[in-house]
Amino acid sequence: MSNIVVDKSKVPWWVSNLIVPLVNLTLALIVSGVFVFIAGENPIEAVKLIIYGSFGYIQGFAYTLYYTTNFIFTGLAFAVAFHCRLFNIGGEGQAYIGGLGVFLVAINLSFLPVPIVWLLSIFGAFLFGAAWAFIPAYLQATRGSHVVITTIMFNFIASSLMIFLLVDVIRDTAQMAPHTVKLPEQLWLPSFEAFSGILGVKIRYSPLNLTFLLAIASLFFVWFLIWKTRWGYEMRAVGHNTKAAVYAGISPNKNIIIAMCISGGLAGLLGVNEILGVSHKIQAGFPAGYGFTGIAVALMGRNHPIGILPAAFLFGILYQGGSEVTFEMPNITRYMFVAVQGLIILFSGALENLFRPQIESFFVNRLNKDKEAKA
Amino acid sequence: MEFLSDIASLINSTLRISTPLVFAAMAGIFAERSGVIDFSLEGKMLMAAFVAAVGSYYLGNPWLGLLLAMLACVSLSMLHGFASVTHRGDQVVSCVAINILIIGLTTALAAAWFGQAGLTPTLTGDQRFLEINLPFAQALSDIPIIGIIYSDILSGHYIFVYLAYLSVPIVYWVVFKTSFGLRVRAVGENPSAVDTAGINVFAMRYKALAINGVLIAFAGAHLSTAVNANFFREMSAGRGYLALAAMIFGKWHPKTALIACLLFGFTDALQIRLQGVELPVVGEIPVQLIQAIPYILTVVLLAGFVGKAIAPNAIGQPYIKER
Repeated sequence: MSNIVVDKSKVPWWVSNLIVPLVNLTLALIVSGVFVFIAGENPIEAVKLIIYGSFGYIQGFAYTLYYTTNFIFTGLAFAVAFHCRLFNIGGEGQAYIGGLGVFLVAINLSFLPVPIVWLLSIFGAFLFGAAWAFIPAYLQATRGSHVVITTIMFNFIASSLMIFLLVDVIRDTAQMAPHTVKLPEQLWLPSFEAFSGILGVKIRYSPLNLTFLLAIASLFFVWFLIWKTRWGYEMRAVGHNTKAAVYAGISPNKNIIIAMCISGGLAGLLGVNEILGVSHKIQAGFPAGYGFTGIAVALMGRNHPIGILPAAFLFGILYQGGSEVTFEMPNITRYMFVAVQGLIILFSGALENLFRPQIESFFVNRLNKDKEAKA
Repeated sequence: MEFLSDIASLINSTLRISTPLVFAAMAGIFAERSGVIDFSLEGKMLMAAFVAAVGSYYLGNPWLGLLLAMLACVSLSMLHGFASVTHRGDQVVSCVAINILIIGLTTALAAAWFGQAGLTPTLTGDQRFLEINLPFAQALSDIPIIGIIYSDILSGHYIFVYLAYLSVPIVYWVVFKTSFGLRVRAVGENPSAVDTAGINVFAMRYKALAINGVLIAFAGAHLSTAVNANFFREMSAGRGYLALAAMIFGKWHPKTALIACLLFGFTDALQIRLQGVELPVVGEIPVQLIQAIPYILTVVLLAGFVGKAIAPNAIGQPYIKER
């Protein structure tokens, strides 16, 4: 335990919000390199492959942005709940059920004008995701059932429920595999290729689509919600000091439920990207761990949209570059990148104060010296 | 007679299926009674399963595998302590980090060392724990009632099953009847009072976490070197969380936690039995929904029929020594 005492008011913002997170990230990546080495591959080569895979060609970069889209949604989802001191580990299940919402709305209302179907599907995704988060939220608020356990359980339950639906209820009966029929083609969200086609550039297929803009809009939405509305203020108050919030006339129970539902709704939006944008049908297990990655994204981005955007982009690089690595290096599977996520959560979440006092005092002392030298 | 043997085999499976839950719940009691939240039971169980399977494969002895699993789990507990006790990081975040790290790391290493499927090699012969037949089980099996209880229910389990149920009274004794246990509970309830009495709060929490690591290692080894003969991806399948729910439902007490674990075990045993069976009124329930029963039960139990769960007072709060 360090005994260094730093006057917080003298620490420049860029030290605590930029330098410290970067140091933590670097530590996580160094340890990841050790794991890659233990697995029998060269970490430096792996980094080169990651950079080539995610930036080296247009198609790769489009994939990076496609992953970024998903991570913005799930990262924001975790962050909103976290501002109310709730750990929504259930992004995975909420995204799964959100996908169901998108599909049901789109397939049943496909007779409406296309933009209206899109809007209603987005709403459906949000509503279904929010509904899946509501029960754990309600139980936390009224019964004190810890959301970490209940949301994890709801991930398992969502997975069972969706497999049941995909096998027995909404399966495309012409196929053996458990997935639904494809949505009518006019409902597919325009892809990046379509846009580049308009500009006269021809590129190969990528899953990047219009949902990326929805993700950017969600960043603004969350920023506005948390810092500019009364709801956001109340949520933060409950998260910061429940007792004080109660004295101020704020209901913790109401805010727990609101925060969790908005959080679940944001996770549900992942379904828009996956179903309206990419596969156009529900496939078993489509959230593929994006919900869990959202935890790392939010913690790395310090639960602020301005931080979540670069964090989501970084994970986009890791995912897309990572698939390049798994392709080239037989000893590395995508699970190595799950481990990397764990390390990033560890170093930028749980151990975020590991070197913070040392770094902050180093910069404060230096700045003081500079001032003295000038004077 | 067939009905009786059906019941006997159901109870037999219940005892076996509850075993990892019991170890995990006991491990959880130590950590949480000392004031440290432990959602990382899941990750540690998985780590133990991986290390035990790999260890007994290379060393040819499941006991050595178990020992390595203990070392691995104690290290993870120490990591949790380092982050959340020493550096006062968020305890839940630390647990989530450990769980995700271990899900990734175990499968990634299994794939790197033993091929893409992410399975460890099948343990054979001496590498694996064997079922123990209690003395005279064969001879007594024909006696009515006693024969069923002794030979069909109690005999023929892996050693972990017996150890698990033995651990419950021991944990009860340590936590509630020894001065060490009193101190563990005290740092979880009122750390500053304990500090005033001259006991090192940090050291107590680390000790409790070390015991937690040893206990959870049994759960993982049971999964990969006894009931199964290898490690596979995410084989802990939420058991760490179920055990935690059982512990909370049992109000952080070994005896009631044991009952909750047995309830989970029974539901799971029943769920396996119900698959593909035509039930009166409802007919055959789809297998995916049956498999969700333990998870639904967890939520229902946590919601609690018996009032709000009251955790140890200082749980989740890092201790800051006054200066």
